[in-house]
Amino acid sequence: MPASPLTLKGLTKRYGGTAVVDGLDLEIAPGRCHGLLGPNGAGKTTTLRLALGLVTPDAGEIQLLGHPLPAKAAPARARVGVVPQADSLDPDFTVQENLLAYGRYFGLSQSEIQARIPDLLDFAGLSGKADARVPSLSGGMKRRLTLARALINDPDLIILDEPTTGLDPQARHRVWQGLRQLTARGKTLLLTTHFMEEAERLCDRISIIDRGRIITEGSPRALIRDHIDAHVIEIHGEELAAWRPRAERLCRRCEQAGETLFCYTAEPETVIAELDHQPGLRYLHRPASLEDVFLKLTGRDLRD
Amino acid sequence: MNFFPVWQRNFMVWRKLALPSILGNLADPLLYMLGLGYGLGQFLGDVNGVPYLTFLAAGTLAYSVMNSASFETLYSAFSRMHVQKTWDAILNTPLSLADVLLGEWLWATSKSLLSGLAILAVIWVLGLHADFALSLWLLPIILLTGLCFSGLGLAVNSVAPNYDFFMYYFTLVITPMVLLSGVFYPPDALPDWLAGFAALLPLTHAIELARPLVLGQVPAQPLLHVLVLAAYGGAGFWLALHLTRRRLLC
Repeated sequence: MPASPLTLKGLTKRYGGTAVVDGLDLEIAPGRCHGLLGPNGAGKTTTLRLALGLVTPDAGEIQLLGHPLPAKAAPARARVGVVPQADSLDPDFTVQENLLAYGRYFGLSQSEIQARIPDLLDFAGLSGKADARVPSLSGGMKRRLTLARALINDPDLIILDEPTTGLDPQARHRVWQGLRQLTARGKTLLLTTHFMEEAERLCDRISIIDRGRIITEGSPRALIRDHIDAHVIEIHGEELAAWRPRAERLCRRCEQAGETLFCYTAEPETVIAELDHQPGLRYLHRPASLEDVFLKLTGRDLRD
Repeated sequence: MNFFPVWQRNFMVWRKLALPSILGNLADPLLYMLGLGYGLGQFLGDVNGVPYLTFLAAGTLAYSVMNSASFETLYSAFSRMHVQKTWDAILNTPLSLADVLLGEWLWATSKSLLSGLAILAVIWVLGLHADFALSLWLLPIILLTGLCFSGLGLAVNSVAPNYDFFMYYFTLVITPMVLLSGVFYPPDALPDWLAGFAALLPLTHAIELARPLVLGQVPAQPLLHVLVLAAYGGAGFWLALHLTRRRLLC
């Protein structure tokens, strides 16, 4: 089996006495899409910055594409593409000029970059926009250009920090399509996201991170299977308090958040049959998702 | 060290916006020099034995280089560092922060070199210089002055929370320096204590080098002035490197 593009061992980073990353271990598989999920402040972005050699850890080891970091950051980053969370495109440049300027940072010659630009624009769905100025692009186009920019050096590993935050559904689906194409071409992806749906669709493997540690890891399906029952029934209504003991007897796990009771069960039929005779209660029955796992493991408290 | 793509990126942007940039950096000091030189010169007669316009030329040259280096490393570099996140984007590539800052340092110096050259060209065209061969020494002086103020500007940039912060630098450092360092009048016109203070300012040393070269003389103590400018610029850059690292890479 080929070596892992990125291995983190016992990684720790403290800010003012608080460990933002706290003994984190992570190994990502080549050619796969690995998702890093966690609430705000869980340490996702710091982990990515450590993994790129931008921040020096207080303890632990980082191997990026065979290079120890942060010592050998330059040759390692030469084989990595990064899609940052914040837009960092050059607003004074056209689409094409953005790619040209960025390619030069990798030591590519103008002719090498020019040769790559048509394919990248095609991949990003920006073929007609080569000479458009960045401020005239939509949010989705900017994100796709950022993705194309991250591919200018034909990287082995692409790191994406919340690649679809702020995009409308159409734009998000278009980015997903692009990311799937990349894994199909054998690229390794490491992405952070808040969208469980995104992680569930794209990632072969997911690590859930909280308080600077990986708290669980596995394929999306395995995480759901291992951590939660297959069905969720969300119940609300004025009779909820009275009915709750019954729900707890029928379901393996019940959790109340505000006015809603979340019931997790492998056999929803009995619960639903009873709920249908409760006029004071309304309910929604749906299959369990990664979001349920995430909320179970990281809690429902706001993290801002 | 691989700073050239960073320099090149800034050059690519500058090429697109060159006209307003040239107007701002070059025409403005020139108008001051010609306006004050001819206008005020009518009333002043000779200053230090030369027409006021000739006296003003060296000061304007140094002042123009300083201004151009400062604006580039403050407002423009801050936009790239903080607003547009250009530096963050570059740091995700194999380039290091030292590459980014070196590229910015040399870029701002290049822009200030252009400002200085424009004033020098006017000096030559108007025949304000006494000796052409000696006036050629102004070229390395312009370069050194540019490095000095670009280095200082990057240090100020590294601690700036927003654009407004630069008003402090301009109002408390640049403007007093322009008034005390001998741009508009000989510094020996100042009371001793103030002249002593002025002698600590980098612009004073740039003018102490430039003025004799315009007037056809060899500067007194050239090594001292060169060292002071190099020390300010070098210290500024070193500080910028450390403070920007703390700002962006922690």
